[in-house]
Amino acid sequence: MMALNLDRLAAAARSQLRRPRLDLPLLLALMLVAAIGLVTLYSAGDKDASIVLNQGARFLMGGLALVIMSRIPPSTLRNWTPWFYAVGVVLLVLVELVGEGRGSNRWLDLKFVRFQPSELLKLSTPMMVAWYLHARTLPPDWRDLLMVAVIIGIPAGLIAEQPDLGTSLLVAASGAFALFLSGLSWWRIASLLGTVAAAAPVAWHFLHEYQRNRVRMFMDPESDPLGNGWHIIQSEIAVGAGGVFGKGWHQGSQSRLEFLPEHTTDFVFSVFSEEFGLIGVLLLISLYVFIIGRSLWIAANAKDTYSRLLAGSIGMSFFVYVMVNGGMITGLLPVVGVPLPLVSYGGTSVVSLLTGFGVLMSIHAHRKLAR
Amino acid sequence: MNLRRSKLKDGAREVALFQRRAIVGFLIIVVFLGVLAARFVHLQVVRHDEFATRADQNRIKLRPIPPARGLIFDRNGTLLADNTAAFRLEVIPEQVKDVNALLEKLRDVVPVTDDDIKRFKEQRKGRRGFNSLPLRFRLSEDEVAKFAVNRWRFHGVEVVPYLTRTYPRGAEFGHVVGYVSRIDESDLRDLDVTRYAGTTHIGKTGIERYYEKLLHGEPGYERVEVNADGRVLRVLDSTPPTPGRNLYLSIDVRLQEAAEAVFEGKPGAAVAIDPRNGEVLAMVSVPSFDPNLFVNGISHFDYRSLIGSPLRPLLHRALVGTYKPGSTMKPFMGIAGLEQGVRRLDDTVLSTGEFHIPGQARGYRDHRRGGHGRVDLVESLAQSVNTYFYSLALDMGIDRMSGYLAKFGFGARTGIDLGGEGVGVLPSKDWKRAMFDKPWYPGETVIAGIGQGYWVVTPVQLANATAILAARGEHHPIHLLRATQSGFNAPIEPAVAATAEPSFILNMSHWERVRDGLVAVVAGPTGTAARSFAGAPYTAAGKTGTAQNFSRTGNEVDTRGLSDAQRHQALFVAFAPVEQPQIALALVMEVAASGSRDAAPLARQILDSWLAPPSGATTGVTAPATPAPAAPAALPEATR
Repeated sequence: MMALNLDRLAAAARSQLRRPRLDLPLLLALMLVAAIGLVTLYSAGDKDASIVLNQGARFLMGGLALVIMSRIPPSTLRNWTPWFYAVGVVLLVLVELVGEGRGSNRWLDLKFVRFQPSELLKLSTPMMVAWYLHARTLPPDWRDLLMVAVIIGIPAGLIAEQPDLGTSLLVAASGAFALFLSGLSWWRIASLLGTVAAAAPVAWHFLHEYQRNRVRMFMDPESDPLGNGWHIIQSEIAVGAGGVFGKGWHQGSQSRLEFLPEHTTDFVFSVFSEEFGLIGVLLLISLYVFIIGRSLWIAANAKDTYSRLLAGSIGMSFFVYVMVNGGMITGLLPVVGVPLPLVSYGGTSVVSLLTGFGVLMSIHAHRKLAR
Repeated sequence: MNLRRSKLKDGAREVALFQRRAIVGFLIIVVFLGVLAARFVHLQVVRHDEFATRADQNRIKLRPIPPARGLIFDRNGTLLADNTAAFRLEVIPEQVKDVNALLEKLRDVVPVTDDDIKRFKEQRKGRRGFNSLPLRFRLSEDEVAKFAVNRWRFHGVEVVPYLTRTYPRGAEFGHVVGYVSRIDESDLRDLDVTRYAGTTHIGKTGIERYYEKLLHGEPGYERVEVNADGRVLRVLDSTPPTPGRNLYLSIDVRLQEAAEAVFEGKPGAAVAIDPRNGEVLAMVSVPSFDPNLFVNGISHFDYRSLIGSPLRPLLHRALVGTYKPGSTMKPFMGIAGLEQGVRRLDDTVLSTGEFHIPGQARGYRDHRRGGHGRVDLVESLAQSVNTYFYSLALDMGIDRMSGYLAKFGFGARTGIDLGGEGVGVLPSKDWKRAMFDKPWYPGETVIAGIGQGYWVVTPVQLANATAILAARGEHHPIHLLRATQSGFNAPIEPAVAATAEPSFILNMSHWERVRDGLVAVVAGPTGTAARSFAGAPYTAAGKTGTAQNFSRTGNEVDTRGLSDAQRHQALFVAFAPVEQPQIALALVMEVAASGSRDAAPLARQILDSWLAPPSGATTGVTAPATPAPAAPAALPEATR
C-alpha cells in the first residue's frame, strides 16, 4: 500500500515537471500584484509590520487554496457544482434568519461572519450558470435565459437584502458574464437590459426605507458631506496630489495624517496613487489587464463549455473589482465597499479571489490538446 | 456524453462563438479601464497643481473646544452645581498603534480600571480617530506628576486640564439637581455630534437633564496646524465657545436644609410651593444620595450599595413616590361638595362611629369609637370625621367626585420641570374599567371620599393641589427654574412662567368655610394638629392624613388605637399664613403612626423655618395684619 502510494506520488511529481499544471505567466502576474499590495500596505499601515505579516499569511492561505483547486479536474468540479450552489444559498438564508450585523457599519468585525456565505457565492454562482449552460445547446434561448436569471437572482437578491450591495453586484456580474460569453444574442442582451431598467422603479417600490436611503446616498454622495462625500474629496486630493511620479513610498501626507479613511482597505488605491503617481497606477492597471486577458485566453482554450464559461466569467469578474474600486476612489462611481483585488487589506477577498484563480489553473491544466 | 443532449451540440461553432465574445468582452474591459486611466490622468496631471495645494493645506485641522457648563444656583445665589478645575488623561486613537499594549503600559504609571477601558472603547466607536478621547478623569496631583515624568513613553496620550462638575451640597440636592455623567452609547444615539464634539459629560437626571439644552452651551473651534507627524504646531485662530446658561432655581437652600433635617433620615418626602406663583421652594426626598459619585463613573461597590439599600435612596419620592392621600383629601372633598351643591355651608351629619350605605350591613368606621356626634364641615375637618365625607362621597357619586378633584391636578402630571414624573391614580369608573375591566361598587365611592381605596398621589401632586387650594383655586403651574443668566456679568433674566389659570371656585364663601375648617385643624380646640401648632407666630391652615397600606377596599379601622406604627404612612398638607399664603406644603412620612402625631410636628418645623426663622430675624409676616411683600424673593433674601 505504502509503496504504491509513494509510486503514485512520484509519478504525479514527474508529470507536474513535464507538464506544469500552473500557468506561469498568470501566476507571476498575480504574485507581482500581491507584492505591490504588501509594499503599499506597509506604507498605508504606517510601517506596521503586523499588517503586512497578517496579509502575507492570508496570501499563503490563498496560495494553498489556489494549489488545491488547481488539482481538482473541472469535470469533478462540474459534478459538485449544484451542491456548492445549494449549500451557498442555504447558508445565505441562514444568515438572513439568524445573522447579525445588519447595521450600516460595513467595517465591523461582524463582516467576517456576514461575508462568508456571500464570498462562496461569488464563485458558485458563475459555476452554476456554466453548469446549466453546459448541458444546453448554445447560444441560449429564452427558456435558458429565464433559468439563468433565476440562478443569479436568488443569491444576488439575498445578498442585497443583507444589505451588501457591493457583493451583490459582484455576484450578479459574475453570473451575467457567463451568460454573455455563452453567446446570448445581442438583441436578447439588449431586451434583457431594457427589462432590468424597466424593473428598477418597481424594485424601488419594494425596498425598505433604510435601503432607499442607502441607494440615495450611493447616487448622491455629496448629500453626506461629513461621511462618504468627505471620504471621496479626501481620496481625490490624495490621487491628484500624487501627480505623474508620486510622492514616493511612505511620503503620502493624506494617509499618514489620517485624512484618508480606511486607508488600508477600501481606499488603499488612493494611498498607492499618492505615493507612486500616474506611472504606478498605469503599471498596476496594466497588470490587471494582463491578468484578465490571460484568463480569457485560458478560457478560450478550455476543453468543454463548462470550463470555458467559468474561466471567462472569473476573469471578467476580476475587472469589476478593479473598475468599482478605482471608480470609487477617483469619484467616478458612487461609494460601494468593494476592495482593490489582491491589494486591499482583508482576508476573505484574498482567499476567495485566489480560489477562483485556482479553478482557472485547473482549467488550464486540463485544456484542449493542441491540434 | 453528447448522446444525452436533446439537440446536438456543435462544438466547433460554440468555441468560435465563445472566442468572438471573449474578444468583444476584453475590448469592452479595455475601454472601461481606459476611461479609469483617463480619470487618473485628469486628476494626477491636469488637476495635479490644485490637489497638491489642497493636500498641503490639509495640514490644518479643526479642534473643538467644549463649552463650560452653566452653573446652578438656588434663588439666593447659593451654588448647587459647580465646575472645578481638574486634570484628565486623553488618548488620540490615530496616534496610537496598539491601544491594548499602550493601556497595559499605562497602568504601571497611572491606575486605570477595567471600567475606564471599557468606556473608552465604547466611545471610540462613534467618533473619528483624530478626536482625542478621555480615558481617566480627575487625576490626582501625584498622578499628573508621575505621568509627566513618563510622558515620552506614551505617544498620543496627554494630560489635559478640564472642568469637572461638582455638587457642593452633596446629597441634599441629589434628586432635584440630579447629576451629569459620561456620555454613553445610548446618549450618542440622539445627540447632535457637532454640538457635543469635545463634550464628555451630559445631564442624566433632575435639573441637569431637564435643562441640558440650556446648560450645555455651544462649542467653539480652533484651527490648528499640525506637522507631518500630526502633532499640533500652533493654533491659527479660534472661535471661543459659548458657555451654557447659569440657572437660578426657585429652591431656597435654607428651607431645603430645614425640610431635609426634620426627617432625621427616616424615609419620606416634602414639597413646598409658593402658591402665589408656583415656585417650588423646597423639594426633599429622604434618604438621598451623593450625586458627586456619579459624575466620573460610580464604582461598582457604591452602586451596589445604593441599589441594594432597602430604603431605596435613588428613588425620588417627591416626584415618583406613590402614596394614599388619606384624610388630606378631605379639604378637597369638602369644597367639591359645597361647589357642586351636594352640601350647603351649614349642613351637618351625625357621626355614630359607623357609617352604613342604606341597605348594606357593612360598616365604615370613624376614628373615635362611638362617633363624634353631630358635626358640620368645619368640625369634620378639625376632627377628621370620616362619616361626613363618607356620606358626601356617596351623595356626590364617584364620577362627579373625580371630575371635580381633577381640577386640583390629581391623576395627572403637575408638569414640574423634572423628567419622569409619576401620574398617580384619580379613581373613577372609567379608570377602573380600563385597569381591571370590572364595574364600580358604591363601597369604593365611600372610601374614596376619605382618600383611601384606589387613590394614589405623589407628594408633588399633593403639594400642587394644596397650592391651588391656598391660592383660592388659582392655578400657577409649578416650576423649579426661576431665572437664567448667560454669563456672570450678564443680567439675570427671569424664566418665562407659564400663564396662571384663573380660579375655578364659583362661590368664595365655600372656600372660606373650608379654610376655616383647616385653621381649626391647627388652631381649634379639637383640631388634630392643634398640639403641634400651639404657639405658632402665624396662622396656618392644615390637614392631617394617615394612610393604611394593608387595606385596599376593606373596612377602614381606627388607626390611633393600633400600636403597630410601622404599618402607616403619615401625611400633612398645609398653607400659611392663612391671610396671605406664602407657602403651601405637602409632607409624607413612609413609616409612622399617624398624621397628627408624626407628620404635623415636622410640618410645623418646616413652616417655622420659612415664616419665623429661629435666628430671630424679623420677616414682616409674623404680624397677621402686615401685607406680604410684593416680591417673593425679598422675604428670604432679607433674612440671611
